[in-house]
Amino acid sequence: MATRSLLEVMNGFVVELRSAGLPVSLTEHIDAMEAVRVVDLADRESLKHALAATLVKNHTHWRPFEVVFEVYFSSLGGRVALAPADIGAGPHDDLDVMLQHLQDAAADRGGRLADLTSDELAEMLYRALLEGDDAVAKALASQAVTRFSGMEPGRPVGGTYYLHRTLRRLDLESIMQRLLDQAEADAADGLTDFQRRLARDEYDSRIGRLRRAIEAEIRRRLVADRGASAVAKTLRRPLPEDIDFMHASADEMAQLRKALVPLTHKLAVRLARKRRHGRKGPLDFRSTVRHSLSYGGVPAEPKFRHPRPSKPEIFVVADISGSVAAFARFTLMLVHAIAGQFSKVRSFVFIDGIDEVTRHFDAAEDAAEAIHRVNTEADVIWVDGHSDYGHAFEELWKTWGNDIGPRTTVILLGDARNNYHAASAWVVKEIRARARHVYWLNPEPRSYWNTGDSIVGEYASHCDGVFECRNLRQLERFVDVLG
Amino acid sequence: MTNRFESSAAVKDALKAVAYLADDATSGVVFLADRLQKPILVEGPAGTGKTELAKAVAAVTGSRLIRLQCYEGLDESKALYEWNYKKQLLRIQAQRNAEGDGASWSELEEDIFSESFLLSRPLLEAIRATDPVVLLIDEVDRLEVETEALLLEVLSDYQVSIPELGTMVAEQIPLVLLTSNNTRELSEALKRRCLFLHIDYPELDREKEIVLTRVPDISEHLADQIVRIVRRIRQLELKKHPSVSETLDWARTLLLLGVDDIDAATAKSTLNILLKYQSDMQRAAKELTANDPLKAL
Repeated sequence: MATRSLLEVMNGFVVELRSAGLPVSLTEHIDAMEAVRVVDLADRESLKHALAATLVKNHTHWRPFEVVFEVYFSSLGGRVALAPADIGAGPHDDLDVMLQHLQDAAADRGGRLADLTSDELAEMLYRALLEGDDAVAKALASQAVTRFSGMEPGRPVGGTYYLHRTLRRLDLESIMQRLLDQAEADAADGLTDFQRRLARDEYDSRIGRLRRAIEAEIRRRLVADRGASAVAKTLRRPLPEDIDFMHASADEMAQLRKALVPLTHKLAVRLARKRRHGRKGPLDFRSTVRHSLSYGGVPAEPKFRHPRPSKPEIFVVADISGSVAAFARFTLMLVHAIAGQFSKVRSFVFIDGIDEVTRHFDAAEDAAEAIHRVNTEADVIWVDGHSDYGHAFEELWKTWGNDIGPRTTVILLGDARNNYHAASAWVVKEIRARARHVYWLNPEPRSYWNTGDSIVGEYASHCDGVFECRNLRQLERFVDVLG
Repeated sequence: MTNRFESSAAVKDALKAVAYLADDATSGVVFLADRLQKPILVEGPAGTGKTELAKAVAAVTGSRLIRLQCYEGLDESKALYEWNYKKQLLRIQAQRNAEGDGASWSELEEDIFSESFLLSRPLLEAIRATDPVVLLIDEVDRLEVETEALLLEVLSDYQVSIPELGTMVAEQIPLVLLTSNNTRELSEALKRRCLFLHIDYPELDREKEIVLTRVPDISEHLADQIVRIVRRIRQLELKKHPSVSETLDWARTLLLLGVDDIDAATAKSTLNILLKYQSDMQRAAKELTANDPLKAL
C-alpha cells in the first residue's frame, strides 16, 4: 500500500476513533504515525498493538478501538479488498495458510472445502473445537459465513443480522452438548461435577473465539462491500462510561456492571485521600499560645487542630419504578460498595410506598444478590404501583425523619415524574433544614426536566444541588462532590 | 543511539530467556518504546508482572535498574535532586576559618552550588548515568496530581532543570517504565507522553506456560488443572481476583503437598493461598463444590 494512502487511512482511522468518543490528541496521532514507520505493516497484530499503545490510553477503550481497527485495516497487509462480485464466492484470499490446514484436515474426507455438505462442515467444526485447533475453526467460520449468512452486496442490513443467521444454522448449542458428552465419555470413570465445569469453561472459551472469528469475517466482508467509514458508523457503540442508564441493553448493562467494580475501588481511594488531605482544622488557641513562649510571647507559629475526618452519613432514597429502575439499582450498588467511606449508609426505595432496604445490603454477600432481594422483598407498593413521590416522601418523613441529623447527607434519586400526584415538596424543605446536604440525582436528560408530569423543579428549589446523572461518568463526578 | 532490539519477536525471545513470558502486546510495546524513545505506562491489576517486566527488560539489556517507588507525599527532593546542605555548611565554615585567602563570596557561591554538592535522586541519577539504565517509576498513581508534574520534564525531554546549575540533559536515553494500579485517573499530560500498555491476567495457555517456567518441577497435567481452576475463580465476582503471582504460589504449594491431581476438596483446603478475603474464599468454595446445574437436566 502506498504511503500516501496509508496516511489517508490513518487519518480516517483517527477521525473515526474520535467520533467513537476516544480522546485522541494531535501528539498521539503523530506518535502513531511514527510508530507505523517502525513496525512491519504486513503483520496486522503488531500494527494493532503499536497503534493501541500510541492512541489508546485507557484500557476500557480497547474494545471500541479494536472494532474500528478491524474495520479500517481489514484490507491491509498483503490483502486485497474484495470486489462485490467476489463476496460469497469461495475461500478468502487471506486464508491461504488456514486453508492449507483445512485441506489437510479434510483430506481424509476426500473433499475440498467448498464441496463439503453442511453436515460435514458441522462435523469438521465439531472436531476443530474438540481439538482446540483455532486455525481450522477460523477457516471453517469463513466458510460458514459464505454458506449460511446469505450476504448480498449492497443489501442494507446490519452485521448482526448476518451473524444471527450464521449462528442459527451452525447450532453451536448442540455442538457444545456433543463436546461435553465426548469429554464425559473420554474420562475413564466419568467426570466429577468439578471437572465437568472446567471442561465446559474450556469449550465455552473455544466457542467464544469461534464466534468472534465469525463476527470478524462478516465485518470484513461488509467493509469490502460498503467501505470502511460506512461500516464503522453502523458499528459505533458508546464507551462504557457513556452508556445511558435508562436505555441500556442487557449487554450494555453487563458492561456497566463490569465497569462498576474498578470504579468503586477508585472512588474509595479517592475519597479516603481527599479526607486525609482536607484543609487544616480550626486554630488551636491553647497550643499556639504554648508555642509562642519560645518566641518570647509572639505567636509566630500558629497551631491548628487536627481536622476531624467527618465521615458523612448517607441516606439514599431511590425511586425504583420501571422507568428509572436500572439507574436506581446502579446507584445503590455504587453507594453500598463504597460504604466504608461513610460512617453509615441507609437506603430506602419507593414507588408509591416506601421501605428501608439497608438490611438487604448488610446481609447479602454481594451487590447483585442484595439488589435481587430488594426487588423481590421490599414493600414499596401502596395503592397502584405508579410513582408517587409526594406520598413516599411524607412516609419517609413520618417514619424516619427523626433519624436525619446535621451529619446526614440525603440523596434523592428519580426522574420526579409524579403522575400528577401532590408533590409534597415541603418534606424536602424540612429535610434540608435538618440535614447537612440534600442532593437530587435525575437520570433524565436536562432538557426533559419539568416537561409533562416531571416536577423536579419543585423539589430542586429545596435541594443543595440537582445533578443530571445519565451515565457512569456523571455518577462518578457526583460521588466526588459527596466526599 | 543504537537500538536495543531488532524486532518485536526479538524482544519476546530475549524476555523469554530471562523467564519472562511476554505476550505480543507487551513485546510490541517494549520494542516500540526503544525505537520511539518513549516511556511506557504499564497498567493492570496487581500481581500481573508489571514490575517484573521492568526487571526483565533491565536484565536482557544488561542495564542497571533504577527504581523510584512512588508514595503520597513524594517530593522533588526525594525524586529529582537535593542540595547537600550539610556539606555546603561545612564548606562555608572552612572558608571562614581560612579567611584572608581572598576568595570572594561569588566564587564561594559558585562552588557550593556545583555538582559535587548535589545529591542525585532516582530521576536525576537515571539522566546522569553513563552506563545503560532502565528507570522504573513504580505505582505512579499513588502520587498526588500536582506531584505528577515533576515527572513530565524527565519523561518528554529526558532532562532535568536545576535553577542553580542549568539543564542537565541525558547522556543516553534510558528506557523508562511507569507502573500504575489505576486507583486514580492519571493526568492527560502524563498519558500523552507515554506509550500505553495494559497487562491483564494472561490467557489460559500463557498462564500455563508461566507456571511451567516458574515452577520447574511441576507436571504438565497439574499445571493445566491449576490454570483452569484459576480461570474459573477469576470469572466470579470477587473483591480481589487471584493474580499470577498467587497462581504461582498455589502451584508451589500443591507441589510441596505432593498433589498430582486436584479434586474439589484439595482445592478448597488450599484456597487461602489464592484468595485473601474471607468472603471471596467462601464464594469460591461454594463454586468449587456446587453441583453442576447442567447435570440436573
